[in-house]
Amino acid sequence: MNRFKAFVKKEFLHIIRDRRTLVILFGIPIVQLLLFGYALTNEVRNVKVAVADYAKDELSQRITQQISVSPWFNLVQTVDNPNDYEALLRSGKVKEIIVFEPGFSRKLTHDGKASVQLLTDASEPNTAQLLVNYTTAIIQSNNMQEAQKAASIEVKTRMLYNESMKESYNFIPGLMAMILMLISAMMTAITITREKETGTMEILLASPLRPIQIILGKVAPYMVLSALNAIIIVGIGTTLFGVPIRGSLILLMLVVILFIFLALSLGIFISTVASSQMTAMSISGFGLMLPTILLSGFIFPIKNMPLPLQIVSNLMPPRWFIEINRMVMLKGADFTLVWKQILILMVMSAFFILLSMKKFKIRLE
Amino acid sequence: MRILFYILQKEFTQIFRNKGMLPIIFVLPLVQMLILVFAATFEIKRVDMVVVDQDHSSSARQLIDRIRANKLFVINAFPASATEAEKMIQAGKTDLALVIPHDFDKKATLRQNAELQILVDAINGNAAQLGSTYLTSIVNDFNRDLQLRQSRANQPRPAVIVAEPSFWFNAELNYRHYMAPGILVVLITVVGMFLGGMNLVREKELGTIEQINVTPIRKWQFIAGKLLPFLLLGLFELSFGLLIAKLVFGLPIRGSLPLLFLIASVYLVLVLSIGLYISTESDTQQQVTFVSYFMMMIFILLSGLFTPVESMPVWAQRIDYFNPLYYFVRVMRSVILKGSGLQEVIWEFAALAGFATLMFSLAIFRYRKTT
Repeated sequence: MNRFKAFVKKEFLHIIRDRRTLVILFGIPIVQLLLFGYALTNEVRNVKVAVADYAKDELSQRITQQISVSPWFNLVQTVDNPNDYEALLRSGKVKEIIVFEPGFSRKLTHDGKASVQLLTDASEPNTAQLLVNYTTAIIQSNNMQEAQKAASIEVKTRMLYNESMKESYNFIPGLMAMILMLISAMMTAITITREKETGTMEILLASPLRPIQIILGKVAPYMVLSALNAIIIVGIGTTLFGVPIRGSLILLMLVVILFIFLALSLGIFISTVASSQMTAMSISGFGLMLPTILLSGFIFPIKNMPLPLQIVSNLMPPRWFIEINRMVMLKGADFTLVWKQILILMVMSAFFILLSMKKFKIRLE
Repeated sequence: MRILFYILQKEFTQIFRNKGMLPIIFVLPLVQMLILVFAATFEIKRVDMVVVDQDHSSSARQLIDRIRANKLFVINAFPASATEAEKMIQAGKTDLALVIPHDFDKKATLRQNAELQILVDAINGNAAQLGSTYLTSIVNDFNRDLQLRQSRANQPRPAVIVAEPSFWFNAELNYRHYMAPGILVVLITVVGMFLGGMNLVREKELGTIEQINVTPIRKWQFIAGKLLPFLLLGLFELSFGLLIAKLVFGLPIRGSLPLLFLIASVYLVLVLSIGLYISTESDTQQQVTFVSYFMMMIFILLSGLFTPVESMPVWAQRIDYFNPLYYFVRVMRSVILKGSGLQEVIWEFAALAGFATLMFSLAIFRYRKTT
């Protein structure tokens, strides 16, 4: 036991004395939280647009005015030659050109119909779609007759669990999964493989320490770091971004510990497969980090994916973790609602631990 | 020059004899193009909903039929009460609930104000907003038809302004065509930043760098020897990825390929130099992985790959002046999707070339043969 303690102490010192890594370990969650919280949004704001007004009448100028004052658009220039449209859109100087046909308001009064063309740069489909929606809304607000029609059916919408529609509610659980994966799985995999690559694993295996003690000693510091990071994320999330914890904090923490455990077992498993750190990095980077970001519902809702990917996402541990996390933290769910997901995580960890025990070689090849 | 050739020979032999790396080189672009591009979509294709119908009237039924006719909404169940519906939302079984009160039909036909309630799981604000907006517009259409039927007088049709959108460069609003060029940028960035850097620091970790330091190999030759193989690897990955994208989902390549590969080479020199610079400052591969991961994550998130740059606050847009990914994502998208030529991406190209020269010099300068 004393030997084991000394070994764990050595591993801790390894990490603590590596200042740069330590700074980054705690820097990553903080920087990511700030970026997600303050910089990244899917909304469109201040998009550069141009107007081509061939009518120059009162109505077209009024609509132009309405567009230029709205928060979504930034009216940067006017065009009067259709040959310039393509160059403008292609160079990315504007994302949308709003074209009023000649005799715009005259047509409206005489023919009862006038049209505005919206030429959008659809190489960004999401932005293009939103731009068209917003412009159409502004234009149609000028359809006076439409506005006068009072709706007799009123729809009241209640936004449950996130009344003010904050994006931070959506990303904090995912961010937690990502950071825990990074530290617990990726770093563990690399640190154990390192012993193999530099040949010091041989020394460790020849020592009186038992293999299980070597592994436990290696993962212990990362377990502590992961737990600390999880606490930091929850702390910043609740204080800075006002994300509530509606369910039981104890349940949340237990789930976090379970997930750390699972991530560690994944890391150990990768280290038994990989022979060099570069391989370990590649496997954990592409086998773990990318799916954690993309197939877990963190950024992209699983429901929108093609069916085969939806099936694959069931095998991704972070998917279940994020689901539990959202339910417990934001929806105030209790154990009865999440036991299935918890069970899945438990089965997954057991599977990877058994697999790594089978694969771990105490003898040199 | 002969010396450089020998170094390159050594590096290539090392890469190709590493059995673990070869499959990764081929599997990586496949995975990226086949999984990531399909997964990365904000397009809302399906909203699960439940209807609490307390009215059971013909109006309610007509409204429900109208919702059913919309492909976006899938009605999972008809719970008896709003509380029960809310429980289903909490358990994640459904996204949205429409509550039709018991006096809906009566009020709607008597032209009093009838009220409907929508409950929506708003954790994903974007999806919630979209779902409730679509549902509201269905209700509004229903309402308008109801009014038309009720109004006896045949009023003249009101004058309307019609907005006619036309979507350029991507008429079907294909999300995959939009994501693929960006994902390819991530692919070659990973090759450049991680593999190059880890390769150099590995020599440090294993001590073999000492052997190189005592040879007449010059500093720039050593750095170039580390850089060139991964530059070629990166370009290979780019062409492989483009080929898959073209074959699998018909990515249109509208601009000039030589231009694309020219800028890609400059970009790769830049990210490789960043990776090599990090590794001259590090002692272990773990450190390199960590620092590179940290930088790459910030670069990717701010690059406009997933969220539009225009919507970011000004300070974040300023940071993007120093973000290689920001420039290259723009280049890839405009050259591939919009067919832009050199004059349209000249600023991005100049910025990348400038940073590449700077970082390459820095990497050579920081690499010390003496200890």
